Amino acid sequence: MSTVAVLVETRSGEVTQPTFEALTLARTLGTPVAVWIGAAPEPAELARLGVYGAEEVRVVPAGDDARVPAAAAAALGAATQDAAVVVMVSTFVNKEVATRLALATGAGVVVDAAGAELVDGHVETLQTVFAATWNVRTRIAAERAIVAVRPNTTQAIAGETPGAATLVEVGAELPETREAIVAIEPVPAPEGVPLAEAPVVVSGGRGTNGDYTLVRELADVLGGAVGASRDATDEGWISHEHMVGQTGTTVTPALYVACGISGAVHHRGGMQASGTVVAVNIDPDAPIFEIADFGVVGDLGDVLPQAIARIHEHRAG
Amino acid sequence: MRILVTVKFVPDLQSQRSFTEGAVTRTGDDGTMNELDENAVEAALQLKEAAGEGEVYALTVGGDDAVAAVRKALQLGVDHAIHVSDAAIAGSDVFGTAKVIAAAVRKVHDEAPLDLVVTGMAALDGLTSMLPTALAAELDWSQLTLASGLTVEDGAATIVRHLPDAHETVAAPLPAVVSVTDEANKPRYPNFKLIMAARSKPVTTWTLADLGIPAEAVGAGAARTVVVDASPRPPRENRVKVTDTGDAGTQLADFLIERGLA
Ligand SMILES: Cc1cc2nc3c(=O)[nH]c(=O)nc-3n(C[C@H](O)[C@H](O)[C@H](O)COP(=O)(O)OP(=O)(O)OC[C@H]3O[C@@H](n4cnc5c(N)ncnc54)[C@H](O)[C@@H]3O)c2cc1C
Ligand SMILES: Cc1cc2nc3c(=O)[nH]c(=O)nc-3n(C[C@H](O)[C@H](O)[C@H](O)COP(=O)(O)OP(=O)(O)OC[C@H]3O[C@@H](n4cnc5c(N)ncnc54)[C@H](O)[C@@H]3O)c2cc1C
Repeated sequence: MSTVAVLVETRSGEVTQPTFEALTLARTLGTPVAVWIGAAPEPAELARLGVYGAEEVRVVPAGDDARVPAAAAAALGAATQDAAVVVMVSTFVNKEVATRLALATGAGVVVDAAGAELVDGHVETLQTVFAATWNVRTRIAAERAIVAVRPNTTQAIAGETPGAATLVEVGAELPETREAIVAIEPVPAPEGVPLAEAPVVVSGGRGTNGDYTLVRELADVLGGAVGASRDATDEGWISHEHMVGQTGTTVTPALYVACGISGAVHHRGGMQASGTVVAVNIDPDAPIFEIADFGVVGDLGDVLPQAIARIHEHRAG
Repeated sequence: MRILVTVKFVPDLQSQRSFTEGAVTRTGDDGTMNELDENAVEAALQLKEAAGEGEVYALTVGGDDAVAAVRKALQLGVDHAIHVSDAAIAGSDVFGTAKVIAAAVRKVHDEAPLDLVVTGMAALDGLTSMLPTALAAELDWSQLTLASGLTVEDGAATIVRHLPDAHETVAAPLPAVVSVTDEANKPRYPNFKLIMAARSKPVTTWTLADLGIPAEAVGAGAARTVVVDASPRPPRENRVKVTDTGDAGTQLADFLIERGLA
């Protein structure tokens, strides 16, 4: 079995759920090793990577300079020389890292993949395109493959023979880059699960009129994250990080609830591949209803409190 | 300030988008300039206007119909339009496309140096967001991608990059490839005068031979990725739509409970 490298994503030093999903997928493509770029991992994180099948964790020590895509790609390249396949989580930054790495290695790249498998020795990926109205299967014809997978498209499952991963330090000189990071202003981490990884997303649009209380409350009872349309983030009702859509975050949760969102194609492009779609909108002709498994023509101010109360009642009873 | 903007011809988002034999169906009737490239054109025009001098080029790579994309850019006020078209380009992956765009950029740059290439953050068909990085690497210029703010001063460009965990400020010397997000500005609308003027503006057309690129270096044959199957997704079945007459919230909750989602 050939080596499949998985680029580890962390948040506050902890490995993220999509990394475990990527490791689970990587196990079907070969023997997974994890690549960790940054300050050395805590033993607990090494153990967790081992549980999901990483036999080895290759650490490339780096600081903030590895935030420059060209530097990150060089670090990843140094740690993956023997890997025919590199798997990572599909994020805007990783798409840039993948591109640079591919130019160095000749790899073919598919981003936003919803799955991958080996067919006749080649990696083939699945994607949904055109606002999730088409399924596409792509073969990576090049000898090396880089696949960036969307969160929530593979279920993370622990390996059959989980063992502690061994730490291997990779000594890599990060290259001098033209780009210099002048300032980094951290964005406070959202409470709970980040939007892209959440199993449930409840979004509010212009129809909320700026009041997210009910949307938040429904998200809380469902254990989900809060999303928004661009009109809502443009109004400043909620921060940009919450925006779902083609230019915001693409989400594929098991459940997506759109409240007071018309369903513009730009918005749909970022949520149409979700498992179940529910919409609440006072306009019976809102396009969102075309893709809603369950649609309510009604005022969110009436519908949401009742739904929340019913869920509480169900849980209590 | 000399700036080249890349603009892609894509199927209109509102149209029935589809694939024909593994490639995107593109027709002049329902294709347009990629909406996110309006932000790129706007960024370039604003920089030129602020500098009080300069020239803005719009460049597209694509089949015959793709000329519509640079025509749109002319209507928005760019000075020059270039359309690179060659049957051998069809089926290119990101790396092939980047090679072609880079060669065209160099050709313009060799006539008189460019300061910047500005691109959109994503093309709303391929949506890979990889091209700007590939282009910067191919040109060996600075890469300043996903800019929601851009300033150019003293031979360097500085951008603000909104990432999920942090807002970065990144600086690099010119020449640079900058991709701008839809937060960067509010694109202008073409005015009547510019629309009329655009009609008579010439569009320069280049082939691979003009750029010195051998046909086998790009196109489907050189692509590292190949679409082997494309099929429309079946529409969602058994959809339910209820009109609230007082208990729709309860119905909604029951639907979630029944599906094991609440
Ligand atoms: C290049 C480009 C990129 C874009 N990218 C994105 C993107 O990534 N994400 C995105 O979301 N948008 C994006 N947009 C914007 C998009 O086109 C729409 O304008 C936006 O999604 C509309 O937001 P909305 O649905 O909240 O508002 P509207 O379209 O105004 O819809 C509000 C809805 O709320 C309903 N409503 C009002 N009151 C109530 C009530 N009391 N109860 C229930 N329903 C109510 C109305 O019937 C209406 O359907 C982009 C646009 C462009 C040009
Ligand atoms: C559905 C689909 C899936 C694809 N998947 C892959 C894939 O997985 N891997 C792969 O290598 N290729 C893929 N391609 C091919 C790739 O889309 C093209 O090579 C394309 O020209 C560049 O990528 P993009 O459209 O994703 O552009 P992006 O990187 O999303 O575009 C960013 C910006 O680059 C500029 N730009 C992009 N293309 C052009 C152009 N032709 N002319 C002028 N400016 C341009 C625009 O300013 C645009 O805003 C795919 C294409 C489609 C339609």
